[in-house]
Amino acid sequence: MNVISFRDVRVELGGRVVLDRVTLEIGQGEFVGMLGPNGSGKTTLMRAILGLVPPAQGAIQVLGRPATRGNPAVGYLPQLHGPAPGARLRGRDFVASAVDGHRLGLPWPGDRGRTEVDRVLDLVGGRELAARPLNTLSGGERQRLLLAQALLGQPQLLLLDEPLISLDPHRQQEVVALVRSLQQTLGITVLFSAHELNPLLGVMDRVLYLGSGQAALGSVDAVITGPVLSRLYGAPIEVIRVQGRIFVMSGAHEVERDDHRHGHDHAGSHRHAAHG
Amino acid sequence: MLAYDFMRHAFAAAAVVSLVAGTVGYFLVLRGQTFAGHALAHVGFTGATGAVLVGIAPLWGLVIVTLAAGIGMGFIGERLAERDVAIGLVLAFALGLGLLFLHYYTAFASQATALLFGNVLAVEPRTVWILAALGAVTLGMLAAISRPMLFASLQPQLAEAKGVSPRRYGVLFLVVVALTTAACAQIVGVLLVFALMVGPPAAAQRLTTTLATGVLLSALLALAESWGGLTLAFYSDWPGSFCIVLLSGAVYVLAALPWNRALTVRPVRP
Repeated sequence: MNVISFRDVRVELGGRVVLDRVTLEIGQGEFVGMLGPNGSGKTTLMRAILGLVPPAQGAIQVLGRPATRGNPAVGYLPQLHGPAPGARLRGRDFVASAVDGHRLGLPWPGDRGRTEVDRVLDLVGGRELAARPLNTLSGGERQRLLLAQALLGQPQLLLLDEPLISLDPHRQQEVVALVRSLQQTLGITVLFSAHELNPLLGVMDRVLYLGSGQAALGSVDAVITGPVLSRLYGAPIEVIRVQGRIFVMSGAHEVERDDHRHGHDHAGSHRHAAHG
Repeated sequence: MLAYDFMRHAFAAAAVVSLVAGTVGYFLVLRGQTFAGHALAHVGFTGATGAVLVGIAPLWGLVIVTLAAGIGMGFIGERLAERDVAIGLVLAFALGLGLLFLHYYTAFASQATALLFGNVLAVEPRTVWILAALGAVTLGMLAAISRPMLFASLQPQLAEAKGVSPRRYGVLFLVVVALTTAACAQIVGVLLVFALMVGPPAAAQRLTTTLATGVLLSALLALAESWGGLTLAFYSDWPGSFCIVLLSGAVYVLAALPWNRALTVRPVRP
């Protein structure tokens, strides 16, 4: 059974077609890296899998059922947007706020909830971090706690939206390695969106590249090629391989690099794997 | 001091209101919505003056108008970026309306002062009971929604994915805040509601990073500040509201001092 299946899916957002006639299948236990320029629909595709954006056409199946909100088998790490509320709260309470978060009642987890929080904190090695308030954690430490939160309830599918954003290359590698080892020990499927290809090379099983409403899913060698990417970008793209790294170039520009710079204003966070 | 009926009533009313304000205020500060509490209080003034104009008790005017304003704010301001604009618009309209009511209301200047700055020493036994009922409803509602509301506050996108509507709980929470504001205004007046709803929780969040301890500490600080303020007022003959605000400010400053933070928050490891 496929974990994610899109059949002829079109998704529109505010009248704009974000995904058009996308068909793809992702199987059990795969680590899929999702790439593509800004606005190519990476977040929208995840929101469609979560049942938050209904497709205008076609069908999306998650674990054999139509995508619906509140599916406990799907874990989600949303993209960070600025300072989070509750920054003075210790990490543990932040993580625990998602335990049975959909149920009415007091926000104190019971024995079962506390055990579950301990379990996910241990998975990411975050017990000590969780004793500290969020505003004293670095970006990488915070991502580890968010990852723990996404693992609550033992999901079979993990959707990670840009967990590497504003991390330096070293921390990026740590997060990628942690996700990979969790994915393998828990036997779960991971869809991991990122701005850059290189941190995920050698870790992802397949790559899902979005652009111009289209999607290309396959091995890195099959997808990261001039012809495929030129079609997705709607412009001539050249792919250059140097010492196990891959650079996607449009004319003299490295496209991922330019995307990153335009898309995010986190000062001092622009160092790249390619240059680190 | 407790030999006087009016002091006993004041202590009882202050206890009810500060426990509710400290608890609700903790979540208000956590959500970064203190401005909403402030705005609701101002809008409440319009309700109270309007109530007197049409001949009902100011408390009910407060409750009705803060409730309507809270729901309105919750629906207009769905996203964080929009909140300030939405609240500002409601506030401007309500204050304008309040000015109109005040225009017809000048004969009762002392009552206007009581609404603005509170008059806790004039609380009647009946009002204490009404406040207790109002407080029970408010805390009961908060208890019911607190888990999903907290989830939606801390992780709105994840909450949405899990089927928890951040907007629905935003509106419900503002209903709780509106009721709390109305109760608070009875003690410290609409202009000084911050003293009970923001001061104690802000201090508590400086002193502890644990959710449960923080909520409890916030409620206890609010209680200590209002009772301490009443005691100070009794012996100094200063206005009760001033004494409560004074203690609220002092406790926050003490809690926020740098040396204190070094003691309560573990240093960041490199």
